[in-house]
Amino acid sequence: MNAAAWLKRATKSALSFGEAPRIESPLQRFWSDFSESRLALIGLMLLTMIILIAIFAPLISPQNPYDLSQLDIMDSKLAPGEKSGAGHTHLLGTDDQGRDMLSAIFYGLRISLGVGIASTVFALAIGLFFGMIAAYFSGWVDTLIMRVVDIQLSFPAILIALILLAVLGQGADKIIVALITVQWAYYARTVRASALVEKQKEYIEAAKVLALSKTRILFCHMLPNCLPPLIVVATVQVAHAIALESTLSFLGLGLPITEPSLGLLISNGFTYLMSGKYWISFYPGLALLLTIMSINLVADQLRDVLNPRLKK
Amino acid sequence: MLSYTLRRLFQSGFVLLMMSFLVFVGVYAIGNPVELLINPQADDAERLRATIAMGLDKPFYAQYLAFLGTASTGDFGRSFVFNVPALSLILQKLPATIELALFATMIAVVVGIPLGLIAGLKPDSFVGRAIMALSIIGFSLPTFWVGLVLIMFFSVHLGWLPSNGRGDTVDVLGIPVSFLTWDGLTHLFMPAFNLALFKLSLLIRLTRSGTREALLQDYVKFARAKGLSNTRVIGVHVLKNIMIPIVTVIGLEFGSVIAFAIVTETIFAWPGTGKLLIDSINQLDRPVIVAYLLVIVSLFIFINFLVDVVYSVLDPRVRLGAQSGGGH
Repeated sequence: MNAAAWLKRATKSALSFGEAPRIESPLQRFWSDFSESRLALIGLMLLTMIILIAIFAPLISPQNPYDLSQLDIMDSKLAPGEKSGAGHTHLLGTDDQGRDMLSAIFYGLRISLGVGIASTVFALAIGLFFGMIAAYFSGWVDTLIMRVVDIQLSFPAILIALILLAVLGQGADKIIVALITVQWAYYARTVRASALVEKQKEYIEAAKVLALSKTRILFCHMLPNCLPPLIVVATVQVAHAIALESTLSFLGLGLPITEPSLGLLISNGFTYLMSGKYWISFYPGLALLLTIMSINLVADQLRDVLNPRLKK
Repeated sequence: MLSYTLRRLFQSGFVLLMMSFLVFVGVYAIGNPVELLINPQADDAERLRATIAMGLDKPFYAQYLAFLGTASTGDFGRSFVFNVPALSLILQKLPATIELALFATMIAVVVGIPLGLIAGLKPDSFVGRAIMALSIIGFSLPTFWVGLVLIMFFSVHLGWLPSNGRGDTVDVLGIPVSFLTWDGLTHLFMPAFNLALFKLSLLIRLTRSGTREALLQDYVKFARAKGLSNTRVIGVHVLKNIMIPIVTVIGLEFGSVIAFAIVTETIFAWPGTGKLLIDSINQLDRPVIVAYLLVIVSLFIFINFLVDVVYSVLDPRVRLGAQSGGGH
């Protein structure tokens, strides 16, 4: 796929030889590279829609699924499309407590995306810090940090998260802590690798000759140049974090029932799956799947666009 | 070679010790199991007696040292819930998990490598693209959701396959196994496929990129120039060369298959160690949690150690690089 995209671009530029050179801003070039893949554009559109739904969930949901006064136990387990006693049509049916599934999914998306993004941002900051320090100072600092990273990465993320949640207990803050712990090592390793390359370049030498402070060299000069690979890893990791959170919530170790993420909705519907009431867990699962897949599609294209080896 | 192996062995021992401390600190910080197990009407004297019986009245460091001493002999204490030794509880459930993991790995290998080979030989054809699309979906789907859909479709809708348990088992060398009876096999298939899906996608990608690289090598061109048949070029020359990284990955990933079995076992009610762990966490059964985690961590460290040593035998650069202090 990479090679094919490169070939396409190469032939395009070869064919346009002789035309007046067009001057593009970096952002324009980024966008024209990104929009080359139709699949990535579909992913981006889907993702934008999902994020908008999550942000505006209280405004667009037919019902506030956690306002108990709006729920009627008589409306429980209605099939998709059925009308409730009060005359509302439940497009995706209702769950065992008479909660409208569509509204529950909108609110669940909010929690799942929120947890995924929050944990990624914190893990990114921590990983960035340790990765830069390891690369810049090298020696025993580097060895110590990378040893910890190696050991941690030799265990699967789910096992580490499980141990942590078994210790910390339930709660949104706790699952974010667990997800940060699982993720920071990926960033540290990625940042270290690109920072080691950047460290050898002339502009860092120049900055040193100018006697700039270490902090300034690290964070104003090196950091911006280490970002592209990090953006790719971060996008993929948001998807991983969301999947991991929903898995842990499904196992009953993630979020408490008062803050149902998609995983918890699925777990809740699992009990009724056997009796053929598929919609209680199927639709939240579909929402989860679309979210993860749209992020992955965007990440795949970002990787191609930001990869310097594929640049002309 | 010997010094590399020894150093690697020492490192493994250190990691194990560190993990044992972390697991102990972590697990012993959870709630008070006395509250959970004792009759709620019990008086203070009875509470105290139960606390002393479980050794929970001693200071923390004494509990850890006592734990280390007994753990080194394979004694992790008795399960608070079942009142049998924790380790024997784990070992009794382990064959079910290993069987599931092995079967899943087998499915991943038997299906993944041929598909990856096809995708690698014809990367731009419809089939090649379809296989890659499949592997992307396999990566995106959360394991537990696939399990759910499988149950929904094959158990509830079609009614073909059973959705929980191991089915009939036969004893082989005193160990109950499912795959030798038809009933057991029908029980095994869905969870194994569920567990295999992620590794399957991984193997497809690995085999595909390996094949594409190998096809460009001189030895393949030479083999073709000699007039060898296509089957022989691919079956012997290409496959043999891409097998080294693939075997390594299969080895390294076996541990993560066992870890992910926690999810699959919970969904399909497969009576293995993963389900035992989740049950134990919910019941605050500390000895079982600690025993499970240490057994799994040991297994991981052992697999990593084995793969590293085997790799250093195959590829001298690894151990020479480690000696010069550069790492790998």
